[in-house]
Amino acid sequence: MIEISVHKKLHTADGEMTLSVEVNVEKGEIVTLYGESGAGKTSTLRMLAGLMVPDTGRIVVNGKVWFDSDRGINLRPQQRNTGFMFQDYALFPNMSVRGNLEFALKKGQDKSTVEKLVRLIELEHLQERTPDTLSGGQRQRVAFARTLMADPDILLLDEPLSALDIKMRMKLQNYILQSHDESRPTIFLISHDVREIIRLSDTLYELRKGVTSQPQKSTSFFTSNALSGKFQFEGEVIAIKKEDVVFIVTLLVSGHLIKIIAQASDVEKLALGDKVIVASKGFNPTIYKIE
Amino acid sequence: MIDWSPLIVTFKLAALTTGILLIISIPVAYWLAYSKSRITPIMETLVSMPLVLPPTVLGFYLLVAFSPGNAFGGWLEDWLGIRFVFSFAGLVFASVVYSFPFMVQPIQSGFSNLPASLKEASYVLGKSRIATLFKVLLPNMKSSLLTGTVLAFAHTVGEFGVVLMIGGNIPGKTRVASIAVYDEVEALNYAAANTYSLILFVITFILLLLVYLFNGGYLKKLKYYNRA
Repeated sequence: MIEISVHKKLHTADGEMTLSVEVNVEKGEIVTLYGESGAGKTSTLRMLAGLMVPDTGRIVVNGKVWFDSDRGINLRPQQRNTGFMFQDYALFPNMSVRGNLEFALKKGQDKSTVEKLVRLIELEHLQERTPDTLSGGQRQRVAFARTLMADPDILLLDEPLSALDIKMRMKLQNYILQSHDESRPTIFLISHDVREIIRLSDTLYELRKGVTSQPQKSTSFFTSNALSGKFQFEGEVIAIKKEDVVFIVTLLVSGHLIKIIAQASDVEKLALGDKVIVASKGFNPTIYKIE
Repeated sequence: MIDWSPLIVTFKLAALTTGILLIISIPVAYWLAYSKSRITPIMETLVSMPLVLPPTVLGFYLLVAFSPGNAFGGWLEDWLGIRFVFSFAGLVFASVVYSFPFMVQPIQSGFSNLPASLKEASYVLGKSRIATLFKVLLPNMKSSLLTGTVLAFAHTVGEFGVVLMIGGNIPGKTRVASIAVYDEVEALNYAAANTYSLILFVITFILLLLVYLFNGGYLKKLKYYNRA
């Protein structure tokens, strides 16, 4: 069980904000922190890792007190067994892929962990390379493997899969799930990607201006505003064109342009740049295999 | 034939000064770069003072402080048997003070320019501050260390006022090349002055060139061409 109840005043671009995090997580759960940028997600992870000191509150992890402002307890980052995946990966430029992982070895720890993780992220052939010669996706995999080296109690993943293409994302999601199956760390995930959140995490906390929501099921959080729940996407209006009696609305939906026929009454309320939902009610979508 | 001793004294002084500076500047620069203490600006000012202070002012105060007739200088001589005035040891001490900012500032900006996440990642991986400093931070700021080292060395080679004040002009002991140049000109011995000057000119040029080549990545590029 991981009990977090911490408060901290932050100075942000929009002025002062009080970060107020109330989160209780079962051991081994995967939890998403969701919210706008600047809502305090990264700060929350940093407080868990011991990189930022809360003003007041308590953090108790599996019965051990990591932080307690009343009793003056504040374990250093070195004393909390966490794995932190930074947004910029924070790979050490002076060390090879292998060196980065070996650096994370604890005294007396078996070196075979390095082999195992290099295999997991499928970078055996690049293990002597330095980070600056790797692609973004490869760097992310190394950073992820490094967080697993110490077999952490808590894994903190700050947008681990941003800036990756779909294929690579799926692959890394698999790594995450695979390693979670093996050692069952509790994972805190920051992500904006709906599919990723639903695929990886069971529970979601929304952060709004520094305040955490009640825990919610990841799936129901994103589908609670569904029309009929069958088939829907969010998109942006790119163009509206009149054609005889109907209108053709061009939408940008996750990188694809699609055209939708609309009635004059539908178009009336629409302006270019509006965010809309495209939903299909009557028909079941059909799936075609392309690869 | 010219007297080589001023050049030997100069480079011995510069090498010793640079070595001492490297050791003491790393902790000072680390503290200046990461400390949030309120006295940091005052410390930064003190470190930078030799940049703007006339060298003679610095030399004058060191001379007064270390003079055996005064309390501090007397104590040094009675208890430790060191006399800093008109001695090589005094020159080294004065040079360390005088070249301090040239070593500290590049290293300090080296620390500040490293992404904070490197240090934090190392801490989260359970590594101590010392291990993080030597295995993560310093190896990733080699160009700052090199810049500091070369600047401090070159600056020590080029000092004049401080050395004249505290070292005097004792041949073979405290007469450095820059003072030898001045002496030879005074004696209308232009050929000797020219020899000393030329040697200093060439050596400082090569030192600085090395820094720019290394930090500009030219040497690295050469290595890549050779490999290809």
